[in-house]
Amino acid sequence: MLMRSISAVIAAAGKARGLRRQRSGERFIEGWILLAGILAIVILLGIVFFLIREGAPIFLHTNPWQFFSGAKWYPVSEPPTFGILPFLVSTMIVTIVSTAIAIPIGIACAAYLAEVASPRVRNMVKPLVELLAGIPSVVMGFIGLMLLSPLVQSTFNLNTGLTGFSAAIMLSMMSLPIIISVSEDALRAVPDDFKQASYALGATRWETIRHVSIPAALSGITAAVMLGVGRAIGETMTVLMVAGGALAVPQSPTEPMMPMTAAIASGIGNAVRGGLQYQALFAIGLVLFFITLGVNLIASRVLERQKRRFAR
Amino acid sequence: MRIKKWHKWLILSTLLVGGLSLSGCAGNSGPAPVTPSPGTELSGTFSIVGSNTVTPITSVWAEDFMAINPGVRISVSGPGSGAGIAALIDGTTEVCQASRKIKSLEIEQAESKGVYPYEIHVATDALSVVVHPSNPVSELTIAQISAIYTGRITNWSELGGNDAEIVAISRDTNSGTHVFFKEHVVQMQGLPTEDKSLEYGPNVLMLPSTEGGVSETAGNPNAIFYPGLGYITDEVKPLGIQITADDISVLPSVETALNGTYPIARPLLYYTDGEPEGIIKAFIDYCLSAEGQLKVNEVGYVPLP
Repeated sequence: MLMRSISAVIAAAGKARGLRRQRSGERFIEGWILLAGILAIVILLGIVFFLIREGAPIFLHTNPWQFFSGAKWYPVSEPPTFGILPFLVSTMIVTIVSTAIAIPIGIACAAYLAEVASPRVRNMVKPLVELLAGIPSVVMGFIGLMLLSPLVQSTFNLNTGLTGFSAAIMLSMMSLPIIISVSEDALRAVPDDFKQASYALGATRWETIRHVSIPAALSGITAAVMLGVGRAIGETMTVLMVAGGALAVPQSPTEPMMPMTAAIASGIGNAVRGGLQYQALFAIGLVLFFITLGVNLIASRVLERQKRRFAR
Repeated sequence: MRIKKWHKWLILSTLLVGGLSLSGCAGNSGPAPVTPSPGTELSGTFSIVGSNTVTPITSVWAEDFMAINPGVRISVSGPGSGAGIAALIDGTTEVCQASRKIKSLEIEQAESKGVYPYEIHVATDALSVVVHPSNPVSELTIAQISAIYTGRITNWSELGGNDAEIVAISRDTNSGTHVFFKEHVVQMQGLPTEDKSLEYGPNVLMLPSTEGGVSETAGNPNAIFYPGLGYITDEVKPLGIQITADDISVLPSVETALNGTYPIARPLLYYTDGEPEGIIKAFIDYCLSAEGQLKVNEVGYVPLP
């Protein structure tokens, strides 16, 4: 009895020692992970700080109201004028049109992959769709420039094919992989019980997709769309090459226009460092940063809700 | 199992492509073959950063100079004149190539950092004004071009052409060419009609590359664009330029730019920190030599007189 209790005590002490060793190793790794997490935040804050430091001084020259509502952008004139309304409107038009094209195609494709396609087809198509995300944006720009813009020009009988609409089509292709991939995951996360119950009530496959699967996965699909929107807003090379780059405030998608990313890219190479144009371009970058940050925050919120809904 | 197979295939092909390109790079970046050359052997490394416009001729010079002097390595990049000047000020490049003159603000910034930009005129660029070959218009005055780019003339019929809307194409503000064309053509600098308040109209298309502008003009019967002489292809038609309506029209060419009759020409410049020395001086001497200036002709720019 005594022997047993002693050996138990010894065993417990040994375990405790092992535990302590494990703890210190664990603490070390935890420290590293913490550091990595903090590093990401530090980088983010650093970028924000840098953007504000370089961009904010422009508001001493042009007041914010003029900056956001001004329709004239003449950065290399004497004196320069900085109004970013044309860029804001262009970004809005291009993003809305590209999303409007990408949503129906993306969700239909995701529904097909998740609900209709055989596992064989799904396992073949999904990696291919994700491969589409790997096509460099400059290649998409080339395709838009050489193939799409002449087509848009002749179809709509326009003066030039380099329009916001052409850019939006290319952007929709670039956001499709994200939308399809994330929506498909969301659709597949819908518990099978829901679908079985629907079939048991005599619903067809289409009725099940439309009335059960998609509504149940709606928050995941919304997040997918938001991520696609974020991609479309931030994309630079394609819009720079295809959108046409006119400085007028666009009235319709079929006009040449210059979204914010293109405005930054097309001006920064020749800007005098620390000069007014440089500051104004950084201020555009700041605006862009907050827009994409907002979109991504909404997306992660919605995605979080989706996860909680089906958490088991 | 299927997924795994697919992924394996993907990873394998990625690795294969990556490996191939890496080995390709390694092949190129290996040490240059050493050829015995008489006299003093030049060696060293420097970089040239700046204008997109000057990059084609700089690349040719750099390649030839490196072929003659295997010990020298020159890296050339063309993010834009402003970026090049910033790099010179920050000391991240030895030579800056520019298609516009350095601005007084930039000189101040440079001097506050102990950098004294030294300007070298290395070649000249004649800007041509081109349209689609089917366009019946074959000559324009500078005032007319200015009116097109400011948006006061919007239809080719006002210039004796077809009844079609003009698609005016320009380079974006990244480009020294954008600024030069604005000052010398849009604002008509040096002419009696000069007007500093004129700007590009809001409907002008700002394109990120000269090649892009030329290909758009080649494919659009109503377009007009201003590429450098070196970028003209058979698919576009250069216009004769009249300084005023009373002058004869002059077509852009090396001869007319050299004898000064072609009105839209500009200097291409190198900037160094102080007067160039050592291999940089040897390189610039090569650029300015008869042989170097012959290359200027081949690339499509105008050599120094």
